[in-house]
Amino acid sequence: MRTINVSVNGTKHSHEVEPRMLLIHYLREVIGLTGTHMGCETSLCGACTIEVNGKAVKSCTMFAVQADGAEILTIEGLAAPDGTLHPIQDAFWTEHALQCGFCTPGMIMITKQILERNPNPTEHEIREGLDGNLCRCTGYQHIVNAVRTASLHRDALASLPKAGA
Amino acid sequence: MIANSFEYSAPGSLKEALALLAEGAKPLAGGMSLIPMMKLRLANPEHLVDIGRLPELNYIREENGELHIGAGVTHFEVESSPLLLGKCPLIAETAAHIGDIQVRNRGTIGGSVAHADPSADYPAALHALDAKIVLVSGEGTRTLSTEEFFLDTFTTALEPGEIVSEVIVPVDAGLTGTSYQKFLQPASGFAIVGAAARVRQEGGKFTLVRVGMTGLSGNAYRARNVEDALVGKEVTDANIQAAAALVADGQDASSDLHATAEYRAHLAGAYTARALRAALARSA
Repeated sequence: MRTINVSVNGTKHSHEVEPRMLLIHYLREVIGLTGTHMGCETSLCGACTIEVNGKAVKSCTMFAVQADGAEILTIEGLAAPDGTLHPIQDAFWTEHALQCGFCTPGMIMITKQILERNPNPTEHEIREGLDGNLCRCTGYQHIVNAVRTASLHRDALASLPKAGA
Repeated sequence: MIANSFEYSAPGSLKEALALLAEGAKPLAGGMSLIPMMKLRLANPEHLVDIGRLPELNYIREENGELHIGAGVTHFEVESSPLLLGKCPLIAETAAHIGDIQVRNRGTIGGSVAHADPSADYPAALHALDAKIVLVSGEGTRTLSTEEFFLDTFTTALEPGEIVSEVIVPVDAGLTGTSYQKFLQPASGFAIVGAAARVRQEGGKFTLVRVGMTGLSGNAYRARNVEDALVGKEVTDANIQAAAALVADGQDASSDLHATAEYRAHLAGAYTARALRAALARSA
C-alpha cells in the first residue's frame, strides 16, 4: 500500500492505495465521484477522460499512485456550486449533444482541452480533437455542433475552473 | 481489468532510479503502452520505477547545432514545442499523428522508442532524421544510431537496467524539407504504413534524401535503396515515383485484418512518394 495526496475538484484527499489501483477506480470507488465513466477499459473510448494538472488523460490508463501530488478535475468540478451549468455543459444541453449520455462526461472534459488549446477550432479540428472519444448513439454531428457552440462563449470559457497549472 | 500486484517506487533522481533498475525493477514513464499490457497481464512486472516525473528527463534544448529531447518529454510537448516546430518540424509533425489528445498528453518519446512498436510513428521520423538515441544505466551512457537501436519487433538494443535518456535530432537548415505521411488504421490510430521523408535539393538535383518507413514490416527501417536511387538525380516526379516504388523491396511485409502484405507494400510506395513530394515542396 502507498499513501497518495491529491486535490480533486479543489478538495484535498489522502488515502492508502494499492499501486495497481487505476485512477478511475480511485475516483469512483474511494472518493465516490461516479460522474467519470468506465467504458472500454482499454484507453480507446475516452469516457473516463479527466484532467490531471490541466492535461486531459484517460483515467483508466493511469495508476492512482502516478497522480500523487496532482490537481485533478472531473466532470463534477465543472458546474458552479449553485448548479449553474458550465458553458460547455450548457452547449451540450442546447445542441442535444447526447442520447444515452454515457460518453458525455468524457466528451465535455475533452472539449474543455480542445477549446483551451484552440479557442476557435474548425470542424475538422474539432473532429480531430474528439478522436479519442467514442459515442455510439449520436453519430457525432450534434457533439461537433456543441463544441462549436461552446467556442462562441469565449468570455465564459475564460473563467473556466482550472486544475493545476 | 486489474493488473497483477506490483511494488511501486517514485524516486526523486535519475541516479536513484538507475539503482533500482539495476536490481531488476522495470521503468514506467507515461504508461500508454505498458499499462494496457499490464491490465491484459501480458506484462507482469514485480517492481515499477516511475521515471515519468523525473525533471532530469524532461527538457528540450539546443546544443551545438543539435536538438536534445529528454526521454520524459510527452508527445504533446514535442508537437507544440516552438523550438522543435521551428528547427525540426518533422519530429513535431510526427508527434501530432500519435494516438489522440489524451494519449499525447501522457505518452513520452522515450517510452515510445523503447517500446519499439512496429506501427509506431516516431521510428520512421527518427530514421529519416539520422537521430541518435542516448541510453543510460548505472554503468554509464552510450549513444546509438537508429539502425543500431531498433533491432526487431518490440526489440531494441536496450540492456537490462538501461533506459533511453534522450533522443537527439538535427537542426534542419532552412533548405531541408521534411514530411510524415501516414495511412492509419482508424480505430486504433496506429500506422498501417507511415513514411517520413527529408530532402535537400540544389541546382535541380537531390543532394540529400532520407526515408524512414514504419508499419510495413516487423520493424521500422531506413529505406536506403530509395535514398540511393534519388541522390544526385534530377528533381522530377518520375524519379520520385520510380524510387518510391522500391521502398518495400526486400521487406517481409506484414499481413493482417486491415491490410494484406501486397496492399501494404503498395501503400508503402504510394505514401513514400507522397512524403517525398511534400518534403520537396517544403525544401528551398
